[in-house]
Amino acid sequence: MTDISFVRSEMTGASPAPNPTSGPLVWVRKNLFATPSDTLLTLLGLAFLAWIVPPLYGFLIGRAVPPGGTVEQCRVENVGACWAYIASELDFFVYGFYPAAEYWRVNIVFAMLALLIIPLAMPKAPYKRLNAILFIIAFPIASVILLSGGVFGLRYVPTEQWGGLMVTLIISVVGICLSLPLGIVLALGRQSSMPIIKSICVAFIELIRAVPLITILFMASIMLPLFMPAGVTVDKFLRALVGVTLFSSAYMAEVVRGGMQAIGRGQYEAAAALGLSYWKRMGFIILPQALKHVIPGIVNSFIALFKDTSLVYIVGMKDLLEAVKTKNDAIEWASPTQAITGYIFAAAVFWMFCFSMSRYSQFMERRLNTGHKR
Amino acid sequence: MSIATDPTAGQPVTRSKMQISKTDVAIDVIGMNKWYADFHVLRDIDLRVMRGERIVIAGPSGSGKSTLIRCINRLEEHQQGQIIVNGTELTNDLKRIDEVRREVGMVFQHFNLFPHLTILQNLTLAPIWVRGIPKAEAEATAMHYLNRVKIPEQALKFPGQLSGGQQQRVAIARSLCMQPKIMLFDEPTSALDPEMVKEVLEVMISLAEEGMTMICVTHEMGFARQVANRVIFMDQGQIIEQNEPEAFFSNPQHERTKLFLSQILH
Repeated sequence: MTDISFVRSEMTGASPAPNPTSGPLVWVRKNLFATPSDTLLTLLGLAFLAWIVPPLYGFLIGRAVPPGGTVEQCRVENVGACWAYIASELDFFVYGFYPAAEYWRVNIVFAMLALLIIPLAMPKAPYKRLNAILFIIAFPIASVILLSGGVFGLRYVPTEQWGGLMVTLIISVVGICLSLPLGIVLALGRQSSMPIIKSICVAFIELIRAVPLITILFMASIMLPLFMPAGVTVDKFLRALVGVTLFSSAYMAEVVRGGMQAIGRGQYEAAAALGLSYWKRMGFIILPQALKHVIPGIVNSFIALFKDTSLVYIVGMKDLLEAVKTKNDAIEWASPTQAITGYIFAAAVFWMFCFSMSRYSQFMERRLNTGHKR
Repeated sequence: MSIATDPTAGQPVTRSKMQISKTDVAIDVIGMNKWYADFHVLRDIDLRVMRGERIVIAGPSGSGKSTLIRCINRLEEHQQGQIIVNGTELTNDLKRIDEVRREVGMVFQHFNLFPHLTILQNLTLAPIWVRGIPKAEAEATAMHYLNRVKIPEQALKFPGQLSGGQQQRVAIARSLCMQPKIMLFDEPTSALDPEMVKEVLEVMISLAEEGMTMICVTHEMGFARQVANRVIFMDQGQIIEQNEPEAFFSNPQHERTKLFLSQILH
């Protein structure tokens, strides 16, 4: 019989791993050529890249007509993208029919937006409260005055003349900033123990979610005026804005509700046991955790909203995509790649904004992670 | 089920300060009944807790002991009878419920710290927003109680970075920061690793020594023996037997109590 008794006399210290466990070569071996099937997939991937990259490069850069080129250059056989067309029509893509002499007003609004939203998005930037107040209260007022005009000697520019990227950005920013709080209120209402509030929220969410955005925009633009008293008109742009916001808030409400359901009962109980009132329980304990859980879902909704803004063409607004579509038919730039270049440009602009949002949400997820996953 | 440890081996409990008031009623439960839909979870509960009492409630799972103490701060609603806490009767009136909750601390089996807040923020949130205490003062109080539960160095960490025992001590400190008159403990050591039970029990013992009115649902019979002035045994939603700990453990009367004790005290 063997002796099963054992007592450790000395603890084993930590020693370095026998082989290098990091470095580019190790990475390549581990991730690209670990097994024969991995190697095959890697080679197939490389072949695919070799097949797709050169023609893309040729079209986008190699055979393309750079900004500043002429329409004749764009009309040659086998030409690439006609960037000259984009450059020459850029103003229309950004401002629509906004009077050229007043572009500076839009530019100021763009600059204010950037100056306010960038520090707001940076966790380390100081004066958050002031920044938020400026963004939520002062900025919208200043923007309306600047963009619409009609006061302080500014020329009046009706919303019919707004267009392009400017419209896309205004609808997106307003939609995003309003749909999140509205969605939170709807989500809380849906969880409410008060039957009337609950029914109203459920009815609103289910009605809006079950109807296509196009229908809502149609309703807003054609049906709404029928219900208004004679003589009262609501601006078409404003109607589209309200439609997009309400539509998005219904989705947001369900995303937020999903996050709230991921919070254990213990959190509600601990908050209640400390004597916190309903709004304080929600504001300090439940919502911060719930929203953090659903950052990917929230940003998903933001991105969807950003792209859905192109549907406002339904009510006659010329957003970025519609502006591009309009100019794609412009006879003075008629060339084989005019339309495709326009669409590539629009897609690139949309992609840039949506990808930035996506990256920012990933950054926030990492930053807000307090390592509490049980 | 936890092991019946003797948490205070070598350090005798000072019972001198543990004065029980003869006239000051902390909690009065009168003819209380509760149902979950058709299921009768609490039946004819009568329980009067005087100021300064340390009561341990024991019983098999599903006997209604947690539900009983959760009724005392209205985490659960009772359907019949009266519950009067610090002279305030619990009804549907939200103001009264908040009034009771301000004065009654609760410690949960799973700690229920707020994972998105630092330890210090966990401790100061309710004092600041419920009691309206200035932030600096609330933080000073919080540090005082963190010192008491012996983890002041963890103040700026998040709950997820602490061990179970540390989290539970923070949870106790969080309740104490509200300066409650009564503390409820709902199986505070049941979710802990065996090595961490002692540190939590030590905090609870020191609280008892300071004269806190406490009701503890626990399986720590060593704790019951040393700290409690009354042990209550529950089964099937009813109080089966109650007595002083010495008599309760050495001379149980009811058959169900005898069976229970024989199961847990080996």
